[in-house]
Amino acid sequence: MSLLQDAAVGEPDPIRAPRVSGSVLRTVGGKVLRAFITLAFVVVFNFFLFRLLPGDPIGLYTRGRNQDAEQLAELRRALDKPILEQFLTYVRNPFDPGIDSTRFSRPVWEMIGERVWPTLLLLGTAIVLASIIGIWIGIRAGWKPGSRFDKTSTGTTLTLYSMPEFWLGMMLLIVFSVGAFGIPGLFPVGGIVTPGVDTSTPLGWLNVLWHMVLPCTTLTLIYLADYSLVMRASLIDERKQEYLALARAKGLRDVMVRQKHAVPNALLPTITLIFLSLGFVVTGAITVETVFSWPGLGLLTYEALRGPDIPLLQATFLLFSIAVIVANLLAELLYAIIDPRVRS
Amino acid sequence: MSSVATQRRKAAFGRFWTTYRHDRAGMAGLIILVFFVLVAILAPILIPDDALDVTKADGERFDGPSLAYPLGTDDSGRSLILLLAYGTRISLTVGIAATLVAMIIGTAVGIMAGHFRGPGSHVLVGATDWFLVIPFLPLAIVLATVLGPSTLNLIIVIGITSWAGTARLIRAQTLSIEERPYIERSKALGAGNWHQMTRHVLPNVLPLVLANTTLTVAIVILSETTLSFLGLGDPLAPSWGALLDRAFSSGAVSRGAWWFVLPPGICVVLVVLAFTLVGRALERILDPRGATA
Repeated sequence: MSLLQDAAVGEPDPIRAPRVSGSVLRTVGGKVLRAFITLAFVVVFNFFLFRLLPGDPIGLYTRGRNQDAEQLAELRRALDKPILEQFLTYVRNPFDPGIDSTRFSRPVWEMIGERVWPTLLLLGTAIVLASIIGIWIGIRAGWKPGSRFDKTSTGTTLTLYSMPEFWLGMMLLIVFSVGAFGIPGLFPVGGIVTPGVDTSTPLGWLNVLWHMVLPCTTLTLIYLADYSLVMRASLIDERKQEYLALARAKGLRDVMVRQKHAVPNALLPTITLIFLSLGFVVTGAITVETVFSWPGLGLLTYEALRGPDIPLLQATFLLFSIAVIVANLLAELLYAIIDPRVRS
Repeated sequence: MSSVATQRRKAAFGRFWTTYRHDRAGMAGLIILVFFVLVAILAPILIPDDALDVTKADGERFDGPSLAYPLGTDDSGRSLILLLAYGTRISLTVGIAATLVAMIIGTAVGIMAGHFRGPGSHVLVGATDWFLVIPFLPLAIVLATVLGPSTLNLIIVIGITSWAGTARLIRAQTLSIEERPYIERSKALGAGNWHQMTRHVLPNVLPLVLANTTLTVAIVILSETTLSFLGLGDPLAPSWGALLDRAFSSGAVSRGAWWFVLPPGICVVLVVLAFTLVGRALERILDPRGATA
């Protein structure tokens, strides 16, 4: 990361500085505004799409649970209001704590609140590991394209890239949890912690870590394929730049040319991609959490869609969209801040 | 006139094929694809209908690979190798059909957004950006839930969630083509928007569309597998994703029935990898600027 900062800070230009900061402010404002418009469309879409559902909405909403006549009548009254009024109620506060899950009869945002942390823990660890390993592979492969390391690693990463992540998870489960091909079952078959173990003690942390090994390995392998392929392509592009020839001409060693000149510039698109690929990360979270019964937002989405539990599904869709929109905004802002070429 | 054009096209294709033949990764991908396409076409001829019928299954449940059942049996005693061959047909059909939907929407939106100026174009660009930002799987889950599980709906859902990348690529290409003098010439001769877009822009973006199509099929087949795994496809059509769903929900994992899980995944990897290799080879040949990527 220090490499990146070196490249980002650069040499300040006192004469141009004020003008640049003004334009930066305008760019930031524009980007934030666009993010809000995108989000507004998600909310509108979220409301109207589920109004298109065929059949009796009450039947769909209350599927699989007992409701007395009074509750049903109340639900029906709410849905009998003019569509515009319903829409305004939803738009005013899509995070209303009064929105209940139809399957679990609990406020959806309360359920989501409980499930956020396991997902952040799992995805955060996987993304950090995948970025470090992926970028390292990308640098080694991209600096000498066509070398043996490049051929092996590109073949492996392309294969991983072609793999459904949940399938990799299922195979790891069979081999390392259930035990197959002579390997004993080393890891738990699912969940985040052994029932009854207190997670506030060091032993509890170890237990969580032990449960996290397989899902985290699955996600790391899948994510690093994407990151290393982009890092490799980006470094290969960078290698053609003339300033590298200059750096070599002035006598810099190959390692220095790579670490001080090529890599920092090639990192820019890769880091942006890591932020931009959050949508892809979310896909992995939904299926891999399902396979490993990891009690996070992905498993919650799976539970909601099996119902289908419409309010819960709406809420998870909204939350994932917000996360991705914010990550995109951060990526654009980060790019504008660390790459002076974008500003001018 | 047309024969000259035909000859020229033939020669161009010949040149293309000579270059392609020397691309080892591209050829490997092509051979894998030919194999799977043959399996998909021959599946209904070679496989008796009874093989898919749960009530007529004659094997043991969760039986490992044997001579009679080379890949073992599923949770109701059906031969997995036959299910897998039949699944090839469904996975490839859904993959190609959904890609066609995505390509048609993406190319049309891309050309129109690049050709027209004004508010209409802004709306198209805005829609493209929106679909690019919104996370694919949550959106697809929401759409599939509303439409209900069926193979046709699966094609529609994947099609309308996968066109935005193509649209952006085609728009950029259209913008650069519109700068060329022959567009101005045709405008001066009185060509309308439709004529300009279909006769001048479209033929020029088609090579790019072709390379992009093979790369999109790869992603679309992965999407199909994921959505079927989540139970959003036709429950009766044994696509590879649906087979994995069946393996997962019937407890094949905790039984250690690796023969139920391993082969469908390998098929997905091979087909997706093959389409990616062909797509990258096409890109290398048709767009030499990205030669190293």
